[in-house]
Amino acid sequence: MADKGSVVRLPVVDGLGRTLRKDDWWVGPMVTFTVLTAFVVYTTVRMLEGTHYRWGPYLSPLASPYIETEDLGIPLLTPAILVLPFPGLFRFTCYYYRKAYYRSFGLLPPACAVGARRVGHYNGERKLLVFQNLHRYALYVALLFLVFLWHDFVASLRWDGELGMGLGSVVIFLNCAFLTLYTLSCHSFRHLVGGSVNSYSEAPFGRLRHALWAGVSRLNVNHMAFAWISLIVVALCDAYIRAVAVGAIRDVRLF
Amino acid sequence: MADASASTTEPVSTGAKYTLRIWRADAKVEGSGEFRDYEVETYPGMVVLDAIHEIQAKQAPDLAVRWNCKAGRCGSCSAEIDGKPKLLCMTRMSSFRPNEPIVVTPMKTWPLVKDLVTDVSHNYRVAKKIPPFTPRPRDADGHYRMQQEDIDRIQEFRKCIECFLCQDVCHVLRDHHEEAEFVGPRYLIHLATLDMHPLDTLDRRKMMKDELGLGYCNITRCCTEVCPEHIVITDNGIIPLKERVADEFYDPLRWLARKLFPRTKKRRLPVLPGIEPAPAARSAQAQQEEVEKEPAVPPAPTVARRTPA
Ligand code: SF4
Ligand code: SF4
Ligand code: FES
Ligand code: FES
Repeated sequence: MADKGSVVRLPVVDGLGRTLRKDDWWVGPMVTFTVLTAFVVYTTVRMLEGTHYRWGPYLSPLASPYIETEDLGIPLLTPAILVLPFPGLFRFTCYYYRKAYYRSFGLLPPACAVGARRVGHYNGERKLLVFQNLHRYALYVALLFLVFLWHDFVASLRWDGELGMGLGSVVIFLNCAFLTLYTLSCHSFRHLVGGSVNSYSEAPFGRLRHALWAGVSRLNVNHMAFAWISLIVVALCDAYIRAVAVGAIRDVRLF
Repeated sequence: MADASASTTEPVSTGAKYTLRIWRADAKVEGSGEFRDYEVETYPGMVVLDAIHEIQAKQAPDLAVRWNCKAGRCGSCSAEIDGKPKLLCMTRMSSFRPNEPIVVTPMKTWPLVKDLVTDVSHNYRVAKKIPPFTPRPRDADGHYRMQQEDIDRIQEFRKCIECFLCQDVCHVLRDHHEEAEFVGPRYLIHLATLDMHPLDTLDRRKMMKDELGLGYCNITRCCTEVCPEHIVITDNGIIPLKERVADEFYDPLRWLARKLFPRTKKRRLPVLPGIEPAPAARSAQAQQEEVEKEPAVPPAPTVARRTPA
């Protein structure tokens, strides 16, 4: 028999979900799908609600920086609508979230060594998704937003001109801290501060850039964890401020 | 000491009987391919490759498996165990439960030759596509100089043993069969090694974008999950490459800066014509499809390129 041209059966063939894996590979993508969907639904509802973003000295991260929209007279426009596209795009183009939703929403692939969804012609990030390469611009805006958010934290400590602190400030502080960790562990930031250098010993500010790159690299290892924690903390922070604003719970004044 | 006989559902290292369910096929026998079960008794420290050697010695002398070092160094014994791409010699029998068969199959992505042996030569042709390391001239005293901090990053990539498990698991090759367009993770870290190298003088970024298919990778990280050398292929190799390509082709501000202050540090490469994948590079899926659709007709000796559905 000719060795070329013979055909043979294979233990596993193409097709969505086809695999010989025996573990519960679908749990991960399912959890990702559920949590991301819940977050998108929650923020969309809050974005359209258009109110209860502020209480006392607190400002929800969903509407920071706060821009009053009532006087503009544009129907359906809310302060959060003006804000959320920016952090939204930052997360949408984030290298980690891309992995998360390409797997759990795109099923390309749903899990490793599990058959991917069949698409007419798979293009990856070459055609429609080529805009993902602009992630760095979303990062620049996100860095600016960190300034606004930390400002909100400081502002949350002013009660009628006096220094004070409520539980809300603690929540806002946690939100700022995790968003900072998430933003500073970004892959594009890692590239920006030093990843693009080939020869640290020769490049201008090479030692500094190597040190910065090494520092961001240490954070970057945990980028996925920061992505999830900060996502949940943002939602909790907004939910807390809303609950206080509508009177469902009372803010605890610490001092 | 735990009593091994207490339970058969817990992994045991000594004396337990395991069933190995191995894919038996021969590319020379048309339409062949089936699972066959073999029973082996384990001893302490036994790995799946040992079990396969026992089967070869006592039950199936014609069972084909490729191996060399049995130490996780040569990258020859790649296969899939319970559906996961792994090295046969680095997977301990004690990590499985004896009451379930251990399913051992060849790598899915490459054409099957016999049993657990696949034809991975496509990878060697891909390697030839990549312009090799081209260092700058030596210093006046005849030496090359670079500092440890300059090469810390790329030393990680040099751990690669070319087992091609990352290539096997990558869905761009495994499911979408883009082997003519996409070099795959193993070669992306090779490109990262070259691109980050302090002495190298070539700029391969246009090539990476237009010819080597960097954009096909959707950073879903399966390559990183399977790498037996624990190389963080995606985060340390591919994403930095994507950022470097973005610097050159997708960043309007940098584009403007380059127009205003041109610099030429590295030599830009023209895009070279792509290599023709040889007939052996026919994807494994193409083999299977031929079995399913036209079992009697021998396949054409050309590359089976997938046509859009
Ligand atoms: S991260 Fe990219 S190269 Fe690695 S397996 Fe996924 S698609 Fe393939
Ligand atoms: S990068 Fe890792 S998985 Fe890929 S060929 Fe090298 S050692 Fe194997
Ligand atoms: S990579 Fe996740 S935020 Fe930039
Ligand atoms: S036999 Fe060498 S890596 Fe397994």
